[in-house]
Amino acid sequence: MQEFLQMGGYAGYVWSAYAITAVVLIATALWPGIRRRRLHAALRKRWQWERSE
Amino acid sequence: MWSFLHRLSSPPTFYRWSGVITPIFAVIAAALLLVGTVWGLAFTPTDYQQGDSFRIIYVHVPAAMLSLSVYMAMAFSAAIFLIWRIKLADVFAASFAPVGAAFTLLALVTGSIWGRPTWGTWWEWDARLTSELILLFLYLGVMALRSSLPERNQAARAAALLAIVGVVNVPIIHFSVEWWNSLHQGSTVSKLGRPAIDPSMATPLYLMIFGFMFFWLANAFSRARVEIVDREQNKRWVREALGDKAEMQRRAGEK
Amino acid sequence: MSPKQQTRLVFVVALVIGVSLAAFLVFKALGQNMMYFYQPSQVAAGEAPTDQRFRVGGLVVPGSVSRSKDTLAVDFDVTDNVGTTTVRFNGILPDLFREGQGIIAHGKLKGDVFEADKVLAKHDENYMPPEIADALKKSNDGVMPFGDGKGMARKVMTNEVQPK
Repeated sequence: MQEFLQMGGYAGYVWSAYAITAVVLIATALWPGIRRRRLHAALRKRWQWERSE
Repeated sequence: MWSFLHRLSSPPTFYRWSGVITPIFAVIAAALLLVGTVWGLAFTPTDYQQGDSFRIIYVHVPAAMLSLSVYMAMAFSAAIFLIWRIKLADVFAASFAPVGAAFTLLALVTGSIWGRPTWGTWWEWDARLTSELILLFLYLGVMALRSSLPERNQAARAAALLAIVGVVNVPIIHFSVEWWNSLHQGSTVSKLGRPAIDPSMATPLYLMIFGFMFFWLANAFSRARVEIVDREQNKRWVREALGDKAEMQRRAGEK
Repeated sequence: MSPKQQTRLVFVVALVIGVSLAAFLVFKALGQNMMYFYQPSQVAAGEAPTDQRFRVGGLVVPGSVSRSKDTLAVDFDVTDNVGTTTVRFNGILPDLFREGQGIIAHGKLKGDVFEADKVLAKHDENYMPPEIADALKKSNDGVMPFGDGKGMARKVMTNEVQPK
């Protein structure tokens, strides 16, 4: 395990490359969901308001 | 045939089938990326020259390859939009740009991290590295152009034009290692005949490439779905798709 | 100026800045690549400038690497299989630096010795486990058919100007 984490002395390079990849991909993947929730909530609110007019 | 394509390119139709296919693609992408990462990090031998630092290949090469494919797809969509004014094509072009920019950023950053121990430098003003940096600026330029113009159609046309002009950069990136004396080595994957990577190291690389592809499609489709709802928010089908009760009742009453 | 005109102005300025930045980077990259590259045989023949920085690329001659005992200073010869130049470097060499490897050194000529301030290692597109590399080497009379910088020779010696 220790040996695996050390990556033959390249731990800093290998792990940081994978960590940055994970962070960028997760952020990219989450963004549309956040936007969708915001948009749908705003639309539902507006329709409700229109109905109560 | 044409009527089929026409129907396929209508926003409500896309919204319907993409709702089924997007989660499936997302699951496939997650599975491929997970298996590929674990396999590449733990179950491949070390390289005879680079030792364990070669493992960066499993994130660097897929990101770099897809940064070019996504750009081509974006420019293709942009051209279709400019010529035939198909709305869905513009939605696609807009949805591809952020994913492509993310892949390009990853290719640059992981390449820099890989270059330090192997070549001995984080960065060189070298043909391959510089042209990939220009690709990042092109993606950012296309996105900035779209958001800086207030009128949607005008913004879409300007962004499409820049995307198409930027296509000249794609072959430059691809052939830079052959045309100039680049520090970057030739392509490992696209070499036909004898593969340049040993079979024991190749499988996770292919898994990661397909994982990035499915990630791109799933991510771009979910972006496109949000974009379509935003653009067509006053249309009836959007209300129905989002389950607006009053709209459903009205529709039931009409029947 | 109306808001519409303002956004147009921003658009034009952004486009101009973007295109000029791209052009600047291209020329910077091309300039670095086109200029100042000499092969060891050209340096040995006295064709390289003595008052200007340039780059030398070639293969590290096996057995020529001599390291100083107490500093990072290292001397080695690079060759294009026609001529040889001695390179002196004081710094940390990249991990892929080894005898027979293709390298590119940045620096200046001082007498007959090329004093480098940067040494970069090139590698090729081949990846394989050590055992397979050994087997490949054995089956090819102890010489790596590619890799080890040998396959890089043509590319390192660059610009397709093969010396006669």
